[in-house]
Amino acid sequence: MKHFDVIVVGGGHAGCEAAAAAARLGAKTALITLRQADLGTMSCNPAIGGLGKGHLVREVDALDGIMGTAADQAGIQFRLLNRKKGPAVQGPRAQTDRDLYRSAIQKLITAQQNLQVIFGEAVDLIGSDTKVTGVRLRDETEIAAASVVLTTGTFLRGVIHIGDVSRPGGRMGDDPSVKLAERIDEFGLKLLRLKTGTPPRLDGRTINWENLERQPGDPDPVLFSFMSQGVTADQVPCAITHTNDKTHEIIRQNLERSAMYGGHIDGIGPRYCPSIEDKIVRFADKPSHQIFLEPEGLTTNTVYPNGISTSLPEAVQEDYVHSIVGLEHAKILQPGYAIEYDFVDPRALDAKLAVKGVDQLFLAGQINGTTGYEEASAQGLVAGLNAAALALERPEITFSRSDSYIGVMVDDLISRGVTEPYRMFTSRAEFRLSLRADNADQRLTPRGIELGCVTPKRKQSFEKKQKKLDDLTNHLQSDTYTPTQLSKASIRVTQDGSRRTLFQVLAFADVSFKDLCTLDPRLEAADEEISVQVARDALYSNYITRQQKDIEAIKRDEAQHIPEAFDYNSCEGLSAELKSKLIAARPRNLRQAQKVEGMTPAAIMLILAKLRQHKPKKTA
Amino acid sequence: MDTIFARASAQGKAGVALIRLSGPHAFGCAEQMVGFVPKPRVATLADLIGEDNQIIDQAIVVCFNAPHSFTGEDVVEFHVHGSTAIVNKLLKNINKFEFTRMAEPGEFTRRALENGKMDLAQVEGLADLIDAETEAQRLQAQRVLSGELGQRAERWRSWLIQASALLEATLDFADEDVPVDVTPEVRSLLSKTGHELDREAAGVSAAERLREGFEVAIIGAPNVGKSTLLNALAGREAAITSDIAGTTRDVIEVRMDLSGFPVTFLDTAGLRDTADAIEKIGIDRALARAESADMTVLLSQDGTFPSSAALRLDDIVIKSKCDLDPGSEGISGVTGAGIDDLVKKITDVLSGRMMKDNVATRERHQIALLKASNYLSIAIGVLERGPDHYELVAEELRSSITALDSLIGRVDVEMILDEIFSSFCLGK
Repeated sequence: MKHFDVIVVGGGHAGCEAAAAAARLGAKTALITLRQADLGTMSCNPAIGGLGKGHLVREVDALDGIMGTAADQAGIQFRLLNRKKGPAVQGPRAQTDRDLYRSAIQKLITAQQNLQVIFGEAVDLIGSDTKVTGVRLRDETEIAAASVVLTTGTFLRGVIHIGDVSRPGGRMGDDPSVKLAERIDEFGLKLLRLKTGTPPRLDGRTINWENLERQPGDPDPVLFSFMSQGVTADQVPCAITHTNDKTHEIIRQNLERSAMYGGHIDGIGPRYCPSIEDKIVRFADKPSHQIFLEPEGLTTNTVYPNGISTSLPEAVQEDYVHSIVGLEHAKILQPGYAIEYDFVDPRALDAKLAVKGVDQLFLAGQINGTTGYEEASAQGLVAGLNAAALALERPEITFSRSDSYIGVMVDDLISRGVTEPYRMFTSRAEFRLSLRADNADQRLTPRGIELGCVTPKRKQSFEKKQKKLDDLTNHLQSDTYTPTQLSKASIRVTQDGSRRTLFQVLAFADVSFKDLCTLDPRLEAADEEISVQVARDALYSNYITRQQKDIEAIKRDEAQHIPEAFDYNSCEGLSAELKSKLIAARPRNLRQAQKVEGMTPAAIMLILAKLRQHKPKKTA
Repeated sequence: MDTIFARASAQGKAGVALIRLSGPHAFGCAEQMVGFVPKPRVATLADLIGEDNQIIDQAIVVCFNAPHSFTGEDVVEFHVHGSTAIVNKLLKNINKFEFTRMAEPGEFTRRALENGKMDLAQVEGLADLIDAETEAQRLQAQRVLSGELGQRAERWRSWLIQASALLEATLDFADEDVPVDVTPEVRSLLSKTGHELDREAAGVSAAERLREGFEVAIIGAPNVGKSTLLNALAGREAAITSDIAGTTRDVIEVRMDLSGFPVTFLDTAGLRDTADAIEKIGIDRALARAESADMTVLLSQDGTFPSSAALRLDDIVIKSKCDLDPGSEGISGVTGAGIDDLVKKITDVLSGRMMKDNVATRERHQIALLKASNYLSIAIGVLERGPDHYELVAEELRSSITALDSLIGRVDVEMILDEIFSSFCLGK
């Protein structure tokens, strides 16, 4: 039997990132997927990044993950969302060429040391119902591993709906994984059902682009990877059109024939990505909805009309598409469809994305109830790193809400669960001002260096940049200036007599780095990249100091581990109901315990008191 | 979890005494003593049998099943005859059961708090209600206990969450059909909330005075009848009165219920220039206490008053000894004329200072309210800088909501997202 440290099942965004991360950490890794062509496939719209999502890609990149690099190579239209707003809410986004993206991922996977791709269908897990020791393929081959990461996306009991026609399937053209779903049933994990939809794909040659509003990319593209030097693919614009009365009328008349409204689907769909049926029913007073016409690539004519995902029958899709300006003669290459699938209630996982109670099994991506390539990739990274750490007998690698969006997402998933496909938003991060896309490397690359999952090249480049940042920051903090001195340099400041450092001055709303150069001409020598970054740090420095107390409180609670064998029944004063909830949730630290439903401050104090009692005995 | 028990009625001999049991074994104990578990929420007459098989007392037993009880646990109440012997025997008997113990002071309430039956402000309200001596105190405590503060905090929070959602929609959905500039709506939500927070916070001082009692200082020249007035108000000889000017040297305090308000009257030394060192100390004290008191009643027999008395706007100046000047208006401590009027004037002033419906009654509330309001003022300032700085406004709002949360409960981002999703059509 073949032996690996880590087996990753599934070659989607979570799987590729998990396999690459495990291999980077030095684990002998196998990635099992059906076909070469599956690696790096974008099954929904051909775009990466956005608000919150772009943050995740940057964080994955800061730990040397592959998504950012591949997206930069495949990007055909880059836009920094919220460009005019503060840096904390700016998110890089790119329209990508599907083929370029796929080939970039495949190249990165192939080039990755310690990583072997096995083509086949993983139909079952081997081991017991409390421990997974490997995977069985359809041809009965068994492969053993010290840890297994499942990233099967929407393939668990997937059902595709187009109008009243439905059939089993994980993605258009693929079979669902029924056997694996049954195996997961045996672990006693709670499975829930979600749905998601896609719009019809259009033939770009049949679209009348003439009168449509164009949306070009940014003139100075902001890339994802801290290592990328520039755009490599040709850049193309998107176009924008709108639905109208006629479109809405057609949809309204055919609502009964929609899979969703016809009662064929019970799964819950995402509120932020509603189908066109949903938009028209829920926002009946809105006369028109925006549609982005996104080219799927440079060499294909396929266009992805973002904003009209649907589960109406094909004929109705034709009708409403043709009612839209610019799409009067558009040919549908592939009809839109809705897909329903099982996911595992992620509250069954711990912060490593390991399944509680089933040793050596990790889950990442859509199987955990998330949506989006970026969310999948970031989970893949966490699961891959920890699967490798487990196999290599190294300490666990977890992230905190205070250090990354990755930490926010994992914490949200494992402590709250999901009621709709989980997507990242910047508003989910309470420490948004410090968790920025621009400083993902400053936040996480040192950790990656320490873990050894970062290439020497990135390490070197990062350390050089960090030194420049430190030097400039120290320089700005070294001298203080009186209000009079500042006023002379035309900096508006209250004449309160207190001396300020230039770093403090840089935090003023209307002061730019250039303004400081008049006070200290030596600053003119600073690299632009570095001065821009220091200015971003300075802008939020007051808020970040204020947040520091909250961050410390969270860190303290996270550091307060609750032993797995902790006996809640011995906790004097806890209600029976709370005890049973805690026993079911098995929180690993005090912070997770706080998030257990119905938890009260008083109850937390009781647990803490009990933990303190335990302490002297436990010195490990 | 222990089952706790305690006497809930006052100590001492009484017609009826109430013993309360709360916890998982409460019904078990009742069953052992009664022979069966009385139907929940039905007053049941039963003989309580002790472990020696002797009747302890014939009692009314009421069971409340969890979570429909004061503590949220199973609760049993024994209404027994209020003799010391019966109560002692019953307590001893309950104590012998396994898993039972005497409750710590406040433990029933603590369990109610822990089980989510009350919020923190309600617990404070309950404490005030139990301590209430006068009608105005009772009314105020009832308002707090009813959870009104919690409801108001919820309302303010919902406005702030609405404002956050507006801001977050422009931030997180920049690419979609959402408004770009939400400044006017956010501004109006923030100012509305800030205004109410300030108003509520402003009422705390008066509410706190009501909890603790008001002080009303009686001042005036020597021998204008201050002590006589005090005695008339108190209905007893609290202060020594004589014709000799300067009889009262120190401050004499008498606490009473003045039409529902808890008021401590301060009788003070007459104000005049004096060479007597001890009298001088008394006069200084009188002035100091008058200044720190909630209000002052200045008595004057002839319409003049000492220059040393600094009066506030709503202090009362009144002619004393009106019995000596027939036909004149004023008061007389001797005949009682005008006393009712004076009491009415005083309570009018005090109740005028109370916010009609104030429910924030403690310094703790005031601090949280002012902190929240302060963040809102900063937020409104940043808001004026326009949509490009919304992330900072959002941050101030987050801090403001956290401050409000310390009154009761907590907010989380899911609520903000819920609000966004219910207001905008999203998804391109």
